[in-house]
Amino acid sequence: MSNGGPTAFERFINGILPENPVYRQVLGTCPTLAVTNGMRSGMTMAAAVLFVMICSNIIVSLIRGLLRPHLRILVFTLTIATFVTVADRVLAAYMYDMSRQLGPYIPLIIVNCIIICRCEVCASKQGVWRSAWDAIGQGLGFALALASICTVREVLGNGTWFDIPLGWHNADQYKWIVMILPPGAFITLGVLMGLVNWFGESRARKQARAAQAQLEPVEAR
Amino acid sequence: MTDQTTNTKKPAKLSYLGQGWLVLVLAGGFGGLLAYVESNLKPKIEQNKADFTLTAIPELVPGATKGKPFVRNGLTVFEALDDQDKLLGWVISTAGDGFADRIELLIGLDVPATTVTGIKVLSQKETPGLGAKIEKPDTFSKQFIGKSATSPIGVAKGKPAGNQVQAITGATVSSEAVASIMNKAMAAFRADLPAEARQ
Repeated sequence: MSNGGPTAFERFINGILPENPVYRQVLGTCPTLAVTNGMRSGMTMAAAVLFVMICSNIIVSLIRGLLRPHLRILVFTLTIATFVTVADRVLAAYMYDMSRQLGPYIPLIIVNCIIICRCEVCASKQGVWRSAWDAIGQGLGFALALASICTVREVLGNGTWFDIPLGWHNADQYKWIVMILPPGAFITLGVLMGLVNWFGESRARKQARAAQAQLEPVEAR
Repeated sequence: MTDQTTNTKKPAKLSYLGQGWLVLVLAGGFGGLLAYVESNLKPKIEQNKADFTLTAIPELVPGATKGKPFVRNGLTVFEALDDQDKLLGWVISTAGDGFADRIELLIGLDVPATTVTGIKVLSQKETPGLGAKIEKPDTFSKQFIGKSATSPIGVAKGKPAGNQVQAITGATVSSEAVASIMNKAMAAFRADLPAEARQ
């Protein structure tokens, strides 16, 4: 598959941090806000998205030569909806409590724009190998983003992590309710995104200054 | 090209097929895949749902360990039994309209069906953080324990009096929906009591 564009490894690394779907592309914020009040629900969501993304990226990449421009979104949605339904049924069969807890948010993966974005940007243009690694990278990036938000919200809101009490307070008496409720999701996402941007910018500034320092003596001569 | 009068329509139809065949093929293939998944997993999912109802019975009728379903007056009711198969009460499975969507409820009653021994929300899609609190056992649904099943249960915004429970703040509609679903189901069940309950 020597069809130009980023290699499999670049696709994989890009998904995790440089082009993180939540913090960099700001896609898929609906599940990011909705299911991040606990690590268990967040990680189940991330696993389901990872599964759907790998399957649909592979299928779309296999049929990319047959896609018609005006029908491609229809084909993407059809593919994604199929694998989301599979994921939903499997969850209902083997993780019934989690399936009840996530409720409508598993079927809503169909409209998760991260997946359709990967179909459009990568899978419909690149080979199966690269598309699969792209899906894994983006999926892990999404999982990482959800994990960071879940950790903040669950620890501050409930004093637990993966439902395990952390023991630093009496779980019945103390609860920072707002962190569990929707406003907590917005606050946490905003603060974390700000931090990610701030670190990114300060690193870029440092690099620019270093480059400047190297250039200046040359110009002075 | 040579015979334009007969061929004007045909190419258009063919071109739709030529463009859309991939969608049709994929839809057929994916449909088959989903049918395969569904036929394999459906028994397990149905079992999960039934198990979930059965595991709730000990919470609803004190001392009960298992349930035996039967249908009466269009209601699905479980006999709540202990290990020696002694009848300890009834669990009614019912549903009705909530604020946003259907609310599915289990109602536990004692043997004469005069007192509520517990309720559990099986499924609901009320407003998260407000109406969804009807699911919380420690706050809202606990209030129904001990209420009389012979007269309708009311909902009070302030302090509850008599056969009333206190509404969830900001979710009066959801709270009233639960009470009205219960009242309807209990009335229907009491209108035609099984023999064991009449003694």
